[in-house]
Amino acid sequence: MKPKFLIGGAVIALALGYMIWAGVTQSVVYFVTPSELQAAPVAGKAYRLGGLVARGSLKWDPATLNLTFDLSDGKATVAVRHRGTPPDLFDEGRGAVVEGQWAPEGYFRSTHIMAKHSEEYQAPHDTKGTPPKRILKTLDAGER
Amino acid sequence: MIPEIGTGILLVALALALYGAVMAALGARRGRQAFVESAQHAALSVFVLLTAGMLLLVYAFLTFDFSVRYVANNTNLGTPFYYRITALWGALEGSIVLWAWMVGLYTLIVILRHRTSARELYPWVLTVMLGVVSFFLLVMTVPAPVFARMSPIPADGRGLNPLLEDSGMITHPVALYLGFTGFTVPFAFALAALVTGRVGDFWITTTRRWTILAWYFLSLGLLIGGWWSYHVLGWGGYWAWDPVENAAFMPWLTATALLHSVMIQERRRMLRLWNVALVILTFSLTLFGTFLTRSGVIASVHAFSQGSIGVFFLAFLALVVLLSLALVAWRWDTLGAQGELDSVVSRESAFLLNNVLLVAATFTVFFGTVFPLLSEAVRDVKVSVGAPFFNQVNVPLFLSLIFLMGVGPLIAWRRASIENLKRNFLWPVVVGVAAAAVLRLLGVGSVLVLVSLGLTVFVSATIAVDLVRATRARRAMGERTLPALGGLIRRHNRRYGGFVVHLAILVVAVGVTGSQTWSVHTETTLKRGEQAELAGYRIRFDGLRESQESNHGKVTGTFTVVNGRAAGTVLEPAKKFYPQEQSPIAYVDYRLGFIDDIYVVLGDFARDGTSATVKLQVNRLVSWIWIGGLVLTLGTLLAVLPEPRRKAA
Repeated sequence: MKPKFLIGGAVIALALGYMIWAGVTQSVVYFVTPSELQAAPVAGKAYRLGGLVARGSLKWDPATLNLTFDLSDGKATVAVRHRGTPPDLFDEGRGAVVEGQWAPEGYFRSTHIMAKHSEEYQAPHDTKGTPPKRILKTLDAGER
Repeated sequence: MIPEIGTGILLVALALALYGAVMAALGARRGRQAFVESAQHAALSVFVLLTAGMLLLVYAFLTFDFSVRYVANNTNLGTPFYYRITALWGALEGSIVLWAWMVGLYTLIVILRHRTSARELYPWVLTVMLGVVSFFLLVMTVPAPVFARMSPIPADGRGLNPLLEDSGMITHPVALYLGFTGFTVPFAFALAALVTGRVGDFWITTTRRWTILAWYFLSLGLLIGGWWSYHVLGWGGYWAWDPVENAAFMPWLTATALLHSVMIQERRRMLRLWNVALVILTFSLTLFGTFLTRSGVIASVHAFSQGSIGVFFLAFLALVVLLSLALVAWRWDTLGAQGELDSVVSRESAFLLNNVLLVAATFTVFFGTVFPLLSEAVRDVKVSVGAPFFNQVNVPLFLSLIFLMGVGPLIAWRRASIENLKRNFLWPVVVGVAAAAVLRLLGVGSVLVLVSLGLTVFVSATIAVDLVRATRARRAMGERTLPALGGLIRRHNRRYGGFVVHLAILVVAVGVTGSQTWSVHTETTLKRGEQAELAGYRIRFDGLRESQESNHGKVTGTFTVVNGRAAGTVLEPAKKFYPQEQSPIAYVDYRLGFIDDIYVVLGDFARDGTSATVKLQVNRLVSWIWIGGLVLTLGTLLAVLPEPRRKAA
């Protein structure tokens, strides 16, 4: 191997190393639970917050597209605000992961709610949810 | 009875596969042709048994035999006919069956094609392939028993995951697995070459078509996966740098490197060691991908079942890597290169750099995918790097690769003179820069977009320059333009097949650049009769209706485009309610276009049908990605055509 090829290889390796380092430091996202976030919230840091959507906390206003709910891990609760339709598989009493930032005003501003698209459905079969037939029925009744 | 019969078939197949693997190796070592023939018979029987096992499973699906747990978990009485067949690979256990069957099929083709043409390598190839089949048979009998019995037998099954009731899910796994398993053949030949010490160029030229085919199916699998994600998942994207996607993308990157480095070995007798390493790496990455996605070590938006299967894959992966490395170390002295790199500015260098960049991209994808594991192990902090990381690091690498795509095929071997560079690249550079300038004047602000599209035009121009020049040369010999062009492509089908594949990649690159840059979206709640406006399209909400399908209920919204060329287009996104699912599944509707896709997702709706929340997207140039897939198919077909016999001059 001639030296110029070795130098070229070293340059590429260094550039790659730098790109990876820069990429990681700029786009790292921290996974936290509600209690971990409540313990030491840092405004402006990127988080993924995972917990259960607390029963009775879900509020959805179609007119303004404002979605608010509480995420809980049993020990602590974090208020979450989101803009947009709640995704499929998202409901009270079910797990959810939201990505976003801690707002200094004391709530979590979510930019993305992660829906669980499982390949083999492992979601617990909670019978408390509204059966689809009943949703269809209410729609039916409204039309008449 | 089916569970017992099925398990019996698989166990016999496992015993035969192991027997065949050992006999082929013994036959090779002792020079006993009879042993090899016995192994051959074993391989044929294994394929027949695998086929029988698979058909039995299909039969169980078609007859709703819920005594088979896999059937009960992945279908129910309402599952439509076609999806009952494709439910075969709807989940883990069945996809392992499909995988093993494909390796069995490839073994059969290897027997038919290479039995006499690769006499010394052949028994060892058989050993490796049957060894791989044995592993998958072991997996489907021990950690992921596909014929496990369900008791008590349920009256109805759980049903197929509704997201998989889609044509994309029929074809995507098949293409992907044909790609994954296809790399078993080059891998088997590489090991056979190492074992026998025949590490020359024979094995790699023999497996060239295999590598191309496996690469093609993997590409197709990735593209169909993107299409599925785009039109089923309802987020309007086709690639999310999800671990499962990365798992399939990594072997694609190394296989792409291999396709190029093979040419250097054929032509200049260089890179022997490198090529062996790339084959081993590609095959290992297909196993690693399965381990990653099936073991549950990485939390992904695809939630996967956990179990001992991860341990099996990890152990097999370790075995493959250690065995391969030991063989490489053993043959180290014979793997040296015969050729030498002469100059930095040469075709060899361009190809070498292409390989370095592709492997670097593989490494960054690997790093980003396992980073959460590393971080948790080392610092005990759960972190992740998302799409921004992958984009930031890979976009410069991919742009450099596109640049090399223009340089590599035209630059001179060994040492390119200034004259050669000028002759080949002056016009393409001028055209590329001009294109970027025009786009800038048209208002394109992003440097990245200008570079990407400028490079695309540059590479297209190099292909045009090559074609025009070669056609002219033939015309000078008295041929007419079209016959000259046709003859040229037929005679050098490998070269022009490669060019067509390059064009396909360019078309995909334009699609990716355009959709990332110019797509727009909005979300709004509309009352019946109200309109929403996005990117010049006005879309009216006309109401909701409900219906009952064979296995689900459905609420469908009607939206009509009221202006422009798309006026009158009716889009009917829906929410599907499956009894086995707690929450509804969105059904996207869209109107695909050459430039604009109108893409509508029904969000929430008022139960009386008077209003609905809707996500509207106008996605730009996404269709180019799918068109790229078609071009890719043409290019691959051209590249694998048998080379025409040269007329004796």
